[in-house]
Amino acid sequence: MKASMTRLIDLRLGLFLAALFAVTVLAPLATTLSSSSPFNLPSYLIPLMGKYLCYALLAVALDLCWGYAGILSLGHGAFFALGGYAMGMHLMREIGARGVYANPELPDFMVFLSYDHLPWFWWGFGNFGFAAVMALAVPGLLAFVFGWFAFRSRVSGVYLSIITQALTFALLLAFFRNEMGFGGNNGLTDFRDVLGFSLSAPSTRIALFVLTAICLAACILIARAITISKAGKVLVAVRDAESRTRFLGYRVESYSVFVFTISAMMAGLAGALYVPQVGIINPSEFAPANSIEIVVWVALGGRGTLVGAAIGALVVVALKSWLTATFPDLWLFALGGLFILVTLALPNGLLGLLDRFRRAKPAPKEVPA
Amino acid sequence: MTAQLYLDGVTRSFDGFKAINNLALSVDKGELRAVIGPNGAGKTTMMDIITGKTRPDGGEVLWNMDTDLTRLDEARVARLGIGRKFQKPTVFETHTVEDNIRLSLKAPRGVFASLFHRSTKAEETRVTELMDQIRLTHLRFEDAANLSHGQKQWLEIGMLLAQEPQLLLVDEPAAGMTDAETMETAELLKSIAGERTVIVVEHDMDFVRALDCRVTVLHQGSVLAEGSLDYVSGRDDVIEVYLGR
Repeated sequence: MKASMTRLIDLRLGLFLAALFAVTVLAPLATTLSSSSPFNLPSYLIPLMGKYLCYALLAVALDLCWGYAGILSLGHGAFFALGGYAMGMHLMREIGARGVYANPELPDFMVFLSYDHLPWFWWGFGNFGFAAVMALAVPGLLAFVFGWFAFRSRVSGVYLSIITQALTFALLLAFFRNEMGFGGNNGLTDFRDVLGFSLSAPSTRIALFVLTAICLAACILIARAITISKAGKVLVAVRDAESRTRFLGYRVESYSVFVFTISAMMAGLAGALYVPQVGIINPSEFAPANSIEIVVWVALGGRGTLVGAAIGALVVVALKSWLTATFPDLWLFALGGLFILVTLALPNGLLGLLDRFRRAKPAPKEVPA
Repeated sequence: MTAQLYLDGVTRSFDGFKAINNLALSVDKGELRAVIGPNGAGKTTMMDIITGKTRPDGGEVLWNMDTDLTRLDEARVARLGIGRKFQKPTVFETHTVEDNIRLSLKAPRGVFASLFHRSTKAEETRVTELMDQIRLTHLRFEDAANLSHGQKQWLEIGMLLAQEPQLLLVDEPAAGMTDAETMETAELLKSIAGERTVIVVEHDMDFVRALDCRVTVLHQGSVLAEGSLDYVSGRDDVIEVYLGR
């Protein structure tokens, strides 16, 4: 009986959460050390680490719908960007009269484009709570409506992947247009503060970093709770044998829409946390290549593991930071190479590799030469 | 006794080819019925129509003489109490054997009901019973992917039983089984009938003989003959289209 019970926090997740907790506590402490100390962490690295954690959260979101329910979304960058725009709109409103044009009502780009009043879809974004809700609600609603139509029409597999890619590309083109009212090509930037705290202050940066770590931990726990529930088992059942699931009486589209929506909201949350730490949101976040990169993170870390997805994101993004700084021309080759490597050699990602080693150990025959 | 499943004048064509042509079939509650017929006779399409996967172009498909099955989707039909076993054994490969059964147990099928579902003692007892019945108790915690072909067939039958359906549609259960397994499967299906209605589509004549029940012969999408196996297999037209080959 006991063997059938799945624990919410297993060894893998426990280790990950412990490591996350340690980094979250130690990194801010390390910034306070004197610069001569070998453990000193320059404070500019804090928002960079926060950004990495946002990517990890985004990877967890994709893993929930791809790894478990088999919905390979090639447009998760869109949900991330929409969450980011929602937060960016609030940060723009919070600049107030301190902009270049000193207009208390309109953000700079609107003054520049000769708007005479705030467009209706910017109403309410002056309020942080409203913007925070929108950062989850807008991606969630889009995913719900999109998923409802797609899954009800039984669009799945490659076709679904292609239309999610089309979705993010369409949004990319739309947000590039100045007429959309989201700052066009330049996007939203020049943020000053959030809830009255200066975004450039080290303490604000630390707070945002810690908040991101908390959100990552919370989302990974929520995702884990979903996947070990009976509903999570139904999702895996849909992935493995969709028609069997239907003939058991489960309405597959309801489950798919549910997980797609939750996943999109997590992606939106990641975007909302990302923007104040990076200081800009522009249409390039909708670029199809971004969404494909998320897939690479999850595939590298290990699909259907949650923790693996987060680790995959951290590894690839760290690699990207290093490669684009040292060998800028190599990055795209490295990304492509990673994708091929994972597909050919690591079908279960890095975590799958660890599992294989762990299982191989007790069996003496399988000791590598 | 009234018919539990009643089809009349059912027609369905694919690209001009009439897969089902004016099909009439009536199966009583608790009956065990075998449906035989050559390839392309429309056996699988008939199952698809009953279970809501395929909409007929015309005709009636009634459940307990009062529910029109042609308007319902697969999930609705399944929830009415119609279970289906596929020709190729279809189980959830990455789930354990017992989780396969658990997911099939009769219970509310909604997302939120599943999300907050807590396993009850009654459910666990039922899982244990079913594992015994399909003789997979020793493989309870094994992933379904690791089962043999015959074991998967049995697991799928177990999943069907877990649904507690009133009607079981079973597509070629003996395919790929050894002779001994085939006979055991026939016994199992016979023991299920009576309490539940069972319709078996099958090619294997020894298996059909072992079922010892009324036989419907399909040919070109409609019923060619119906009666005992001895009766239908004695008819010249049946021999010509099917048995004589």
